[in-house]
Amino acid sequence: MPGTLAAIADPAVREAFREWLLRMADDELVIGHRHSEWTGVGPDIESDVAMSSIAQEELGHARALYEQIAEDEGGDADRLAFGRAAGEYRHAALLEQENEGWEYSIVRLVLYETFEVARLRLVAASGQEPVAGLAQLLTREERYHALFGETWLRRLAGGAPDGPERIQAAVDKAWPDALGLFEATPADALLQHAGVLRTSPGAECDAWVEAVRPVLEGCGLRIPTVTAREGGRRGVHTPAFEELLAQMTEVWRSDPEARW
Amino acid sequence: MTSAAAALERAVWDILASVEDPELPISIVDLGLVRDVQVDGEHVAVRLVPTWIACPALAVIRSRVRNALLSVAGVRDASVEYTYDQPWTLDRLSTRGRAQLTAHGLSVPACRFAEPPVCPYCGSHDVVAESLFGPTLCRATYLCRACHNPFERLKPPADA
Repeated sequence: MPGTLAAIADPAVREAFREWLLRMADDELVIGHRHSEWTGVGPDIESDVAMSSIAQEELGHARALYEQIAEDEGGDADRLAFGRAAGEYRHAALLEQENEGWEYSIVRLVLYETFEVARLRLVAASGQEPVAGLAQLLTREERYHALFGETWLRRLAGGAPDGPERIQAAVDKAWPDALGLFEATPADALLQHAGVLRTSPGAECDAWVEAVRPVLEGCGLRIPTVTAREGGRRGVHTPAFEELLAQMTEVWRSDPEARW
Repeated sequence: MTSAAAALERAVWDILASVEDPELPISIVDLGLVRDVQVDGEHVAVRLVPTWIACPALAVIRSRVRNALLSVAGVRDASVEYTYDQPWTLDRLSTRGRAQLTAHGLSVPACRFAEPPVCPYCGSHDVVAESLFGPTLCRATYLCRACHNPFERLKPPADA
């Protein structure tokens, strides 16, 4: 069975869709590693296990997406995940920021999951098989992450005495990076023009704000009015990523040919 | 199909029924992981439906299936692929698989995860969810308020 990319006849569309798949996989890989940093130190045992499970799922999703690319290029998913220079990663800055407190991690989880489900629906509707089918399946797994995140968000926002302030500060900190999820690149315009994706990053962003608004406002939180911090989709990352990359690739780099 | 091919296909299904899931104590056939089997001469192709895409056991299952297929007399080579064109749902579980999971102490929803959970020990509905995230991706943890036993419940991916 040919993979998703091999089935696309137009080389420019194929390259743009590869960029999209890589971006999705990189987002999942990087947030998976950040979530995993809560393993052993979560606020309670259930949340610790939950965040670790969410981390494991995001890494599993990244693996499935890298396999989609690797399959058509004769490469391997691990090399794509761990064998690139920092500037070759396409995730948004939101995913690479350090876990500055549980409240920041929960806010980031809620903002990212809302984005991720909408993006998976776009890919599911793209008609590009088999990845469209894969995206459909992934939305079912992401659902539990959003439930967990939103439950914790309500709990933190209702926490006395400084809960509301601290969680609002986390929203304010995450917001510019979250808007960076929608950084427009030539690949987006090309895929929209080719009819593969039925939206633009701008429209995607507007829909996302309207989706997170009731969740945040329902917790008494305000939507910040700040501009996006971009760069991630073009491979420009913050110093936090250099450190994360060094750590998460350490084992792989020690022997790239090792088989497990 | 020739009778030789039919016999080989039967042998393939028999060996698949002997492959156990690494995280649940039942066969992958009872778990509903086998989508289809194609026999072409000495080549066998099996397509599997993953329960969870993120399941860390997928690679182990694939290699167990491949090794099992290659142990069948008359099979020269085997391909094992996961397919994404159909979701795994609770109705893929066989009656026997369901009974085996229940005997193992796992609560198994009849149709949907959203239905009211039942304690596998005393049958009470007076249970409270402790966490949607249990010891594996496919299990959630609960506490029964009637018999005071903690228990685990099979958790399929959410309804789309």
